Amino acid sequence: MTAKAIAPIVLGLLMLALWEAGVRLAGIPPYILPGPILVAETLVKDWGTLAPSLLVTLTITLEALAAAVVIGGVLAVLFSLSRWLELSLFPYAVILQVTPIVAIAPLIIVWVNDVDLSLLICAWLVAFFPILSNTILGLRSVDPGLLDLFQLYGAGRWRTLVDLRLPAALPYFLGGLRISGGLALIGAVVAEFVAGTGGNASGLAWRILESSYQLQIPRMFAALVLISATGIAIFLVLSLLNHLLLRRWHESAVTPEG
Amino acid sequence: MRLVGVHGVSKVFANGVKALADISLDVQSGEFLSVLGPSGCGKSTLLRLIAGLAEPTAGTIDWADEGRRGTDLGFVFQEPTLMPWTTALKNVGLPLKLRGVARGEREARAAQALDQVGLKGFERAFPRELSGGMKMRVSLARALVVEPRLLLMDEPFAALDEITRHKLNDDLLELWRRTGVTVVFVTHSVFESVFLSQRIVVMAARPGRVSTELAIAEPYPRRAGFRTSAEYAAQCREASQHLAKAMVTA
Repeated sequence: MTAKAIAPIVLGLLMLALWEAGVRLAGIPPYILPGPILVAETLVKDWGTLAPSLLVTLTITLEALAAAVVIGGVLAVLFSLSRWLELSLFPYAVILQVTPIVAIAPLIIVWVNDVDLSLLICAWLVAFFPILSNTILGLRSVDPGLLDLFQLYGAGRWRTLVDLRLPAALPYFLGGLRISGGLALIGAVVAEFVAGTGGNASGLAWRILESSYQLQIPRMFAALVLISATGIAIFLVLSLLNHLLLRRWHESAVTPEG
Repeated sequence: MRLVGVHGVSKVFANGVKALADISLDVQSGEFLSVLGPSGCGKSTLLRLIAGLAEPTAGTIDWADEGRRGTDLGFVFQEPTLMPWTTALKNVGLPLKLRGVARGEREARAAQALDQVGLKGFERAFPRELSGGMKMRVSLARALVVEPRLLLMDEPFAALDEITRHKLNDDLLELWRRTGVTVVFVTHSVFESVFLSQRIVVMAARPGRVSTELAIAEPYPRRAGFRTSAEYAAQCREASQHLAKAMVTA
C-alpha cells in the first residue's frame, strides 16, 4: 500500500475518533448526533431492512446508468453523423439537463404509473447528459491528419466512425461515464425522496425519510453511509474500467515511468 | 516520363484567401522533387491538391497512363499522425485495411514495411512508447505499405532534432533508391532540400506561385560526406539566394 492510499485512511480514522470522542465528552444525545460506533451497530442491527433498500436504489442507479450509456452514446453518434439532427435536438438535451430534477420528478411520478419506471426516468434524466456531451466532444476531437488519411484511402463514413471516431472518443466517453455514475445515484435518491413523500418507495432515501419521521437518527446515518459507500463503489469500478481500457495508450491513464 | 502533371492550378479558400495562383508543374516518374518555400506560400495546399484531398479552384491535375488508383499514393504529414490506441503494426496496416486487404496479408506487409524503415521488433509497440523519430518512421512505413507510385511528404521532419533528421534523410534516400518511388517533398529547409533532391521548385508566397526551379546535379548515393562538401555549400547558397529573391518579390 502506498502513501497515496494510507493518507486518506489515516485521516478518516482520525476524524471518526474525534467524532466519537466529541459525542461522548459533550454528552450529545443520539437523536441529535449519534457517534460512529452507534451508527455501525445500527448498520449491522438493521441490515435486514437496509439491505433490500440498498438493492432497490442500486438497481435503479445501475439501470439508469445503462440507459444513459445506450441513449447518450447512440444520440452522440447520430449527432456526429448529422449536423441537422444535432442542431435540432441538442438544445432540448440542454433543457432537460438544466431543469432541476426535484422540480420535474413529481410530474414524472404523476405521469408514469409505475413507481420503479418513474424513478428510473428521473435518474436517467440526470445521468445521460455528461455522457452525451462528452461523447460528442470526443467524436469531434479526431486528429484532422487521420481524417485526411481515411479520406485518402477511400474510407466511408461508417468505416471512419468505427475505426477512427469511436476509439478517439473513448477517453471522453469514459470521463462522462464517471460523472454520470455519481449523478445516476443522486438522481435515484432525489426521485426516491419525491416519491417517498407519497409513501410509495422502498429505496435507501425512503429509509432516511422514514427514520427521520420516527426520530431513528442512527438508522438515518446508517442509510446515509450506505448511499455514500454505493457512490464510492460506483466511482471506483468506473475508474478501474477507465484504467483497464486506456492504460496502454492514453496519457490520462498511463503511469509515469522512472 | 511524366507521372503527374499540374496545369495552371489555382486555389482560393472559402474565406477568400488566394493560396495558389496558376501553378504548373510536372512530376517525373521516379524523381525526387522538393518544393521549397517560406511558410504560408501554399506548399502544403499544393500537396493536398495533388493528393486529391482538396479540389483546385481552377486548372487540372492529371495522372499518367491509367490515372490514379486507390493505392497510388502515400502521404506523410507534418506530424506522425498515428492512432494512439493501437500498435505500430496496426497503424502501418491501416491503409491496407481501408483498401479491403485481408488481415493475414495486411499484417505480413505491415511487418515488412516496419522492417524496411528499421523498426523490426517494434510491431507491438504503442505510439506513445516510441520516440519522435521512431513515430515518424512508423508514419513513413504506413505511407510505403501500399507500394505507392507517388510519395507525398509535407515537412515530415521539421519537428525533429537535427541528428534524427539527418539520419531520417539518409534513410529516406536509401528507401527511395530501393523502391523507385517518386517523391514530392515539401520543406522550408534549404539544406534539407539540397541534400535530398534532384530538382527543387522554389515557391513564392501571397499568392503561392512557382518562383524558380533548380537542379542538383550531385549523383546518388549521397552520404554524410556530401553535407560537408564545398559543392553542397555552393548549392545551398544558390538555393538560398533563389529563396531570398522569392521572398522579396512576395
